[in-house]
Amino acid sequence: MEAFAYVAPSSIDEAVAELARHAKKGHRTQVLAGGTDLLVQMRGADIEPRILVDIKNVAETNRLHLGNNEIFIGAAIPSAVLNENAELVELLPGLLEAADLIGSTQIQGRATLGGNLCNASPAGDTIPAMIAVGVSCVIAGGKGQREMPVEKFVVGVGRNALEAGEFLVGLKIPRPKSRAADAYLRFTPRTEMDIAVAGCGVSVTLDAKGLCKEARVAIGAVAPTAILVPAAANALIGTTLDDAALAAAAAACSDAASPITDKRGTIDFRRKVVGVLCRRATAIARDRALARKVLGV
Amino acid sequence: MNKIQVITSINHEEVEFLCEPQETLLDVLRDTLGRTGTKEGCATGDCGACSVLVDDRLVCSCLVLAAETGGREITTIEGIATEEGLHPIQQKFLDHAALQCGVCTPGLIIATKSLLDRHPDPDETTIRYWLAGNLCRCTGYDKIVRAVQDVARDLAGPA
Amino acid sequence: MSESIDYKLVGTSPVRPDGVDKVTGRAQYGADLNLPNQIHGKVLRSPHAHARIKRIDTSRATAMPGVYAVITGEDFPPPPEHGDVGGEAGGSIGDHARNIMARDKALYHGHAVAAVAARSLRIADEALAAIEVEYEVLEPVLDLDAAMAPGAPLLDENCFTKNLPEKSDKPSNIAEVMLLSRGDVDKGFEEADVIVEGEYRIPMAHQGYIEPHACIANTNEAGQSTVWCCTQAHFDFRAITAKVLNMNVADLKFIASEIGGGFGGKTVVYLEPLAVLLSRKARRPVKMKMTREEVFRATGPTSGTHCKIKVGAKKDGTLTAATAWMAYEAGAYAGAPMGPGALTVFVPYHLENFKVEGYEVLVNKPKVGAYRAPGAPQSMHAMESAIDDLARELNMDPLDLRLKNAAEEGTRASYGPKFPVIGLKECLRAAKAHPNYTRALPEGAGRGVAVGFWFNFGLQSSAEVHVNENGTVTVVEGNPDIGGSRASMCIMAAETLGVPYESVRTLIGDTESTGFSNSTGGSRTTFATGMAVVRACEDIIAQCRARAAVTWGIDEDQVLWVDGQAIPASGVNDELKPLSLADIAENAAKTGGPLLSRASLTAKGAGPSFSVNIADLQVDRDTGKIDVLAFTAIQDAGRAIHKAYVEGQLQGGAAQGLGWALNEEYIYNADGIMENAGFLDYRMPVASDLPMIDTQIVEVPNPRHPYGVRGVGETPIVAPLAAAANAVRDAIGIRIHDLPLSPPRVLAALDAAAD
Repeated sequence: MEAFAYVAPSSIDEAVAELARHAKKGHRTQVLAGGTDLLVQMRGADIEPRILVDIKNVAETNRLHLGNNEIFIGAAIPSAVLNENAELVELLPGLLEAADLIGSTQIQGRATLGGNLCNASPAGDTIPAMIAVGVSCVIAGGKGQREMPVEKFVVGVGRNALEAGEFLVGLKIPRPKSRAADAYLRFTPRTEMDIAVAGCGVSVTLDAKGLCKEARVAIGAVAPTAILVPAAANALIGTTLDDAALAAAAAACSDAASPITDKRGTIDFRRKVVGVLCRRATAIARDRALARKVLGV
Repeated sequence: MNKIQVITSINHEEVEFLCEPQETLLDVLRDTLGRTGTKEGCATGDCGACSVLVDDRLVCSCLVLAAETGGREITTIEGIATEEGLHPIQQKFLDHAALQCGVCTPGLIIATKSLLDRHPDPDETTIRYWLAGNLCRCTGYDKIVRAVQDVARDLAGPA
Repeated sequence: MSESIDYKLVGTSPVRPDGVDKVTGRAQYGADLNLPNQIHGKVLRSPHAHARIKRIDTSRATAMPGVYAVITGEDFPPPPEHGDVGGEAGGSIGDHARNIMARDKALYHGHAVAAVAARSLRIADEALAAIEVEYEVLEPVLDLDAAMAPGAPLLDENCFTKNLPEKSDKPSNIAEVMLLSRGDVDKGFEEADVIVEGEYRIPMAHQGYIEPHACIANTNEAGQSTVWCCTQAHFDFRAITAKVLNMNVADLKFIASEIGGGFGGKTVVYLEPLAVLLSRKARRPVKMKMTREEVFRATGPTSGTHCKIKVGAKKDGTLTAATAWMAYEAGAYAGAPMGPGALTVFVPYHLENFKVEGYEVLVNKPKVGAYRAPGAPQSMHAMESAIDDLARELNMDPLDLRLKNAAEEGTRASYGPKFPVIGLKECLRAAKAHPNYTRALPEGAGRGVAVGFWFNFGLQSSAEVHVNENGTVTVVEGNPDIGGSRASMCIMAAETLGVPYESVRTLIGDTESTGFSNSTGGSRTTFATGMAVVRACEDIIAQCRARAAVTWGIDEDQVLWVDGQAIPASGVNDELKPLSLADIAENAAKTGGPLLSRASLTAKGAGPSFSVNIADLQVDRDTGKIDVLAFTAIQDAGRAIHKAYVEGQLQGGAAQGLGWALNEEYIYNADGIMENAGFLDYRMPVASDLPMIDTQIVEVPNPRHPYGVRGVGETPIVAPLAAAANAVRDAIGIRIHDLPLSPPRVLAALDAAAD
């Protein structure tokens, strides 16, 4: 039987080299960031050995940069650290709320946005929130770095677009403009320590008159992957985000959902609740955007 | 199986151990190092009984690889009391009868320490959400929350 | 005993004597002990819910390096044909033996079919994977309807329904029926002005203790074994292990570790006989601990149930008749708490005409175990929901309706005997007077009330009291301390002896070092073991009076014991200086040697305890999500010995009951595999799910206990189920009969009502 092994490279190049070396040998390798999903999977049914490549010692995966045009969040930064950055919370409240919803305080101390994304669970909380704010994924591999819109990154239940030898370095996010804001809501039976039964991320940009000129709406836990719902965004754009617009967007989300019945919820329940979440999250994003007189540059 | 050598600090004491790559900090604390004050309730990060601080960050030790802890400062329940006696959190848990069976207590005390280190004056909602990762099946949480409130009051009071 | 007695310690809340070790991590729980040379045991579990075991080949596993022992059902003696497991665990010893290790059939997913002991857990896992089991997969029977249907596949071809009016010669999945009746039900319903009916279903729920089962067994070449384990009942564990392994009780020593919760679930033996056998074969100490997943899949939750209730009343609220039909899932083997469910369903009420029909049914799920007031929460949820509906029909306050019909001293209980002094009316009046009952509710919220009950048990207890040479006191008893009972024993001993609380310590003896006690269960420890402690202390007082008499050269009956001191009766000799316990202990060598006493008893006169709960819940009409706004638990404790730990029992029971009412349930797929075997999806309440839980301890002392104790541990979980359901009914105007009141169920009910 192949042994487990643990390596902790200290640069992107080293990490890529490690991944390439083990890929060539046919080893099963897995990138370790916070480990809050991976270690549970290793304790469970999937106990086959693997090489763990810990990317937490790579400087770039720990880099947090709030630029004038762009925000960069390293893939290995724990959610708790992100939520302790007041400016980031102010800029992207929805995304940070989504990050804050991943598990307990303990889990927050480890879990990362990058890990939540790579784990590619249909119910991953940050994925719809990332889609809503237009995250671009920075990927490193043998051929250098490439970028990919987050909505293309997750390709199926538990499957992402990374190729052998690649890993996620970080996330690029356009810095929100004035009168723009995001929100994320999810539904769980308990207040904490639960997996989303449905989730919805929304970002809106208002013009000077309070009309919605840009919107992105994404839903989670109601399809094999989190999905962007252009019809919901279209229902919002050009409106004052009044009740009628919110109801139309909600209906678009319910229509776009293709949920399953499982231990966490039924098809009917998920379809209905994802619309409720869209309505409520959009109202929150709207109120935030209205409250934001001038933001950024 | 190649064992990994790790040198770390547990409760301000340098500790050296060998571990397998897949072993968790919880496994090593309990089975290799005999620090059994840290409890295992689920091994999947869902109960908080194994809570420890790694570089003052609250984590479930079942979700941290032992191999990752080289050069860190780890605080476990065994490191909370001092030569002067019990930590105020420990004393208030006793005073308020905030434990019945007591198996969740080490994790809750560690989580409370982490809470009060960051939020010395938390309201009830903050306490409840901060401690939401620590399951207690005996108390209904009431006396635990009251104990935490009482510690916070004392911390806020005149020195 | 009158209410006005002024106790010094009873009713206070001192720090527990075992507290410091529990807040510093020193206290050793089930998995915290390691022995030199120990190896690790693991269990191979059935991947099928119902299968015949055709063949097990362990040869590959046995041959693996690092594997020391492999056992299967063939290594066990035949299951005993006679004898029942006592207490609240239920069932025959033979069935417990089969549950501990499957023989010819695996009856649930997770049923033990083999076990190994190996140098490491990893090797043990690899060895389990190397065991070949050939199964003939059978159709699983997964719910009450399917199991009771004619022609249903049988779990046990030798199961013939017990207690049928005519003995059955056809095997069935119905293990037992119970029929109770009184008066003339038809006439009673004819007299009724209003009749309500309801049908209620509740799925299986787990005790959810945080500490998984764990043990270490160390067996020597003479076959003598020491077992260290987390248990509510080390003496009962010894007895059951001896019977399952056909061993002499004297060859087994059980040491109870600290215990990380049980709620009834650790009155049942799972691992210990396996560890003893593995250790005997391996000739090494074998440590075993369950994973959380194993705890969910393979230990005993409580029954899923189906109850039908019909209640009639006159316009003034007087109940005229009631009927109940109930079926309880037993899981794989008989032993469901259908009996207590049937006996408690109508227990709060004075009822002249009633009929109860109960069925205990085998299904391919784990054998149910005791869970806090076993059986009562389910049946009383049904009745207390129906009473709430009745109050609405009658336009009566739900507490007034209950007060009008409430049982009291002398009422013939629905389970047979006349009630002794009970505190139901006192609890109902306390609820009525409680500010939380009349406080304004927020928009959209609802309030529900319900009554809870438990019999409380006596059973056997032993206690010893040793007076140390400086007058401090050691109490030794045999009930694992699951929620502060050491403190209660110390209080009762100190109060009786008249010494400070701090001078008394209580320790839990192992099966070789102290007398037999039944389980820490049945709400019996403070009552029964407390009674033994008090008796032993009274014996110490008698001895002290005799020692003082010797010292003073006067007659024993001229010596009084007042406030912890021997004093001469007035007029005997005023110059004699009182002798404290410490004085007498220091002088003991000269007066007859060390002071020690013991008491053992089968405690009679356990006092039934009633509760009333008030729940305020908010329902999100868009999502069906329920928030608990406030909860008030009122209960007759007889008398609270340690006030804070009694409050803690009320609060903990409320939290468990609310979890059960709102979100907790065993979810099975069509193959009989539990889909939510972990804390993530078996949704027990977390701290942010609950508000503060207000308590009010009502004290109607139990005249049969020296301090008036009734049990308190179990009653608290009974009323929250119906209180929550009734609050939801109040909030949304819809009666949801089934539990849990999970968001999809609530939203579906709201949608159905809107259509």
